[in-house]
Amino acid sequence: MTLVKTKIGRRSFIQTSTLAGGGLLLGFSWLASCKNKTAAEVMNMPKEWFNINGFLKIGENGLVTIMSPNPEIGQNIKTAMPMIVAEELDIDWNNVLVEQAPLNTTIFTRQLAGGSQSIRQGWEGLRLAGATGRHMLKEAAAMAWDVPVTEITTTAGMLHHESSGKSAGYGEMASAASKLEIPEEVVLKENNKFSIIGTDRKNVDGPKIVTGKPLFGLDLYEDGMLTAMIIHPPAFGMKYKSMDAEAAKAMPGIKDIFPIDVYPEGVEKQWSDGGGIAQLVAVVGESTWQCMQAKKSVNVEWEKTSTLEDSAYHDEALTKMLAMKVEAPARKDGDVAAAFKKAAKVIERTYSAPFLAHNTMEPMNFYAHVTQDKAELIGPIQTPEFLEKTLASRLNITLDKIDIKMTRMGGGFGRRLYGHYGVEAAVISKKMQAPIKLVYSREDDMTQGTYRPSYKVLYKAGLDKAGNLIAWYVKGVGTNDDLIFENRFPAGAVDNYLAEKQSLQSNVTTGAWRAPQSNFIAGAEQSFMDEVAELAGKDPIDFRLELFERAITNPVGNPEKNDYDPARYAGVLKLVKEKSDWGAGNKSHRGVSAYFCHNSYVAQVLELHMDGNEAKVDKVWCAVDCGIVINPLSAKNQIEGGIVDGIGHATYSALTFAEGKPDQTNFDSYRLIRYGEVPKEIETFFVDNGIDPTGLGEPSLPPIAAALANALYKATGKRYYQQPYISDRPPLVG
Amino acid sequence: MAKFNLNINGEQREADVDPSTPILWVLRDHLKLVGTKYGCGIAQCGACTIHVDGTAVRACQLTVSSVGDQKITTIEGLSETGDHPVQQAWLEMDVPQCGYCQAGQIMTAAAFLEKNPNPSDTEVEMAMNGNICRCGTYTRIKKAVKLAVSSRNA
Repeated sequence: MTLVKTKIGRRSFIQTSTLAGGGLLLGFSWLASCKNKTAAEVMNMPKEWFNINGFLKIGENGLVTIMSPNPEIGQNIKTAMPMIVAEELDIDWNNVLVEQAPLNTTIFTRQLAGGSQSIRQGWEGLRLAGATGRHMLKEAAAMAWDVPVTEITTTAGMLHHESSGKSAGYGEMASAASKLEIPEEVVLKENNKFSIIGTDRKNVDGPKIVTGKPLFGLDLYEDGMLTAMIIHPPAFGMKYKSMDAEAAKAMPGIKDIFPIDVYPEGVEKQWSDGGGIAQLVAVVGESTWQCMQAKKSVNVEWEKTSTLEDSAYHDEALTKMLAMKVEAPARKDGDVAAAFKKAAKVIERTYSAPFLAHNTMEPMNFYAHVTQDKAELIGPIQTPEFLEKTLASRLNITLDKIDIKMTRMGGGFGRRLYGHYGVEAAVISKKMQAPIKLVYSREDDMTQGTYRPSYKVLYKAGLDKAGNLIAWYVKGVGTNDDLIFENRFPAGAVDNYLAEKQSLQSNVTTGAWRAPQSNFIAGAEQSFMDEVAELAGKDPIDFRLELFERAITNPVGNPEKNDYDPARYAGVLKLVKEKSDWGAGNKSHRGVSAYFCHNSYVAQVLELHMDGNEAKVDKVWCAVDCGIVINPLSAKNQIEGGIVDGIGHATYSALTFAEGKPDQTNFDSYRLIRYGEVPKEIETFFVDNGIDPTGLGEPSLPPIAAALANALYKATGKRYYQQPYISDRPPLVG
Repeated sequence: MAKFNLNINGEQREADVDPSTPILWVLRDHLKLVGTKYGCGIAQCGACTIHVDGTAVRACQLTVSSVGDQKITTIEGLSETGDHPVQQAWLEMDVPQCGYCQAGQIMTAAAFLEKNPNPSDTEVEMAMNGNICRCGTYTRIKKAVKLAVSSRNA
């Protein structure tokens, strides 16, 4: 039994919903429709809902609605988070309805999708929400039956009192339970008693997705709503000067065209405003197609404000920066210079990667209805709490006058951390004095991004005569980003270690892109590690395991400083070695890679064969340590998706610039991985260790670039230092 | 602006729009059939795939004026209750992550399997290569197509 306090100091984890009546917790009718229930099931909807706490309400017939607090971008927390609540509530999952919670900072904490943290940081609160609900139902039953609460047990939505033989469904006690105080302490389930956590549960939105029901921000149509589009500066380093929109304003359906000050001086911006542009042109009309046509007829004059950068410049400047002296190292153990001098073998390699666009399949969009004293916003956003803060400042209204609802998102990948488009929508709505839906075209979306930075990293390693790693030097540079995690592996496993990092200022806006920094550095580091192991004459897995052994038994420096657990790291490598039968025969070409990021450990073995000049990936074995797996079915989906995404971007994708303008504007020039290019099979294995769960939205992506490069080397004898590995193949025509 | 009578999902629907409007935007903005998604607008991603007289077509490239009396089927009309074998296979394999591209994927697969009920892996690949899934659910799409083939033929 684990007894847990529901309060820390005065802050209670669990808030009773302050809203009167369950119905008010529901979102717009299209958000809150009956969740794909059949007609018979809809008939069985409860007549009344009783709020137990902000996370859940129970109908008089035993049906339970669980609010999923965090934004859903495809990481499937809308299924996993309610599963955790349902587990502790002890309810039959078939009797659960799930709703996306709106932004509500009173009831929920950290309503943010980012850093693969939703499950890790939500874990305790979600369990408490379920457990307090269960406790309150037990108390209600104890009072009704006049028996001690300690004698009440529950099974899947039923309350029992053994000695009297009494039992009741949760629905029968819901009304009484909803009137009780939140308990100060509750008992959490033991891990081995879980019956929902750790079992395969299908995506709660699956039936809606496969039948095309409205789910996404772009699907929202409200009465009286106008469509708005934006025209942004064509290049980074330019700003709005003037426009002639007379002809465009006369086009059919066009309501108005005007410049907007999204971020005038004095607005308190949040980090989440990212690459938001201060001034844009807004085109407002009756329909999307009319706005798209009108945009072409607006003549906007732009003026240059800073250097118009191009890719050759980024490449040269980053190369120069790699060779520059750094004043203070990010981490220094021992003396690398001396160690390189005495090393028997030294190897040095440089890796690079281009900018990447996020390219969520659903372009940026947001619905806004701003009136004199109120703002209502609905749309796809990973950071609603921060959007609300910027809106309060920009619209000069208080937070309580702003209502934000999150829609299911057609992908996030970090792009929707930067919610400037929500601010743009609000500003346009205010000017129009009408509800509007702002829609970015694909071109708008791709050419005004907050991109994955362009990176370069230099590695140098020294080996002694026995092939032991005695020195490791890394220097990383990036545009607006210094790339290096100096306390990650192999820091702590090498006597002489030096990490340096620097950032190149660029006016191309950059930000978090699925597994920030890791999405490049893992591939570079693990490719280099493969070359170092080869130079040492050692098997690449054994070579890594030797280093982890060193970090476990005799760590260099203060082990507290190291940002990884070498035993768990070695654990996934050993697991993937066993599952892939590594070393048995060598019929085909295999590469290995392992990485730790976002609190989870991943090791991969990739096997491929050559079909003429083309590499075909036959299989990826993937070992993962993310602690307790909430929903293995969707956890595997995340792992598979991350692997495909990682292979795709490392192999094919790039965003390049000419005079500040992105060269790629749509999927005819920006290459994404296609159906025929993915591994034939991906098999995922989870370490079963009962440790509290961490996240899976990101960790499988970073290492795969190296597993691929290392396997390609086996097949072709060629090492891959520059992403994308293949840049000469045009996109396929759809 | 002009009035168009369209046969959509077995119903006659009317739209008063500019003749150059792609059927994608007629479906979404005017008829509120939002299952057909906007992804690129240039027939590169397949998110807007619909059936025109049973053939998979990119709705972003088909102007409303060129539809005539051809029968249009959207994801909303693929089956009455979501029980088309391809939809069922998608659910069984728990394919979606974000879910945005999946209606287009399903429409492409459904039209293709209608014409080629026993496809080879290469034929499936050719058919599905035009649909981008940014989340990378392709391995599950592959399994779902296989499952749909076997359940259709069962």
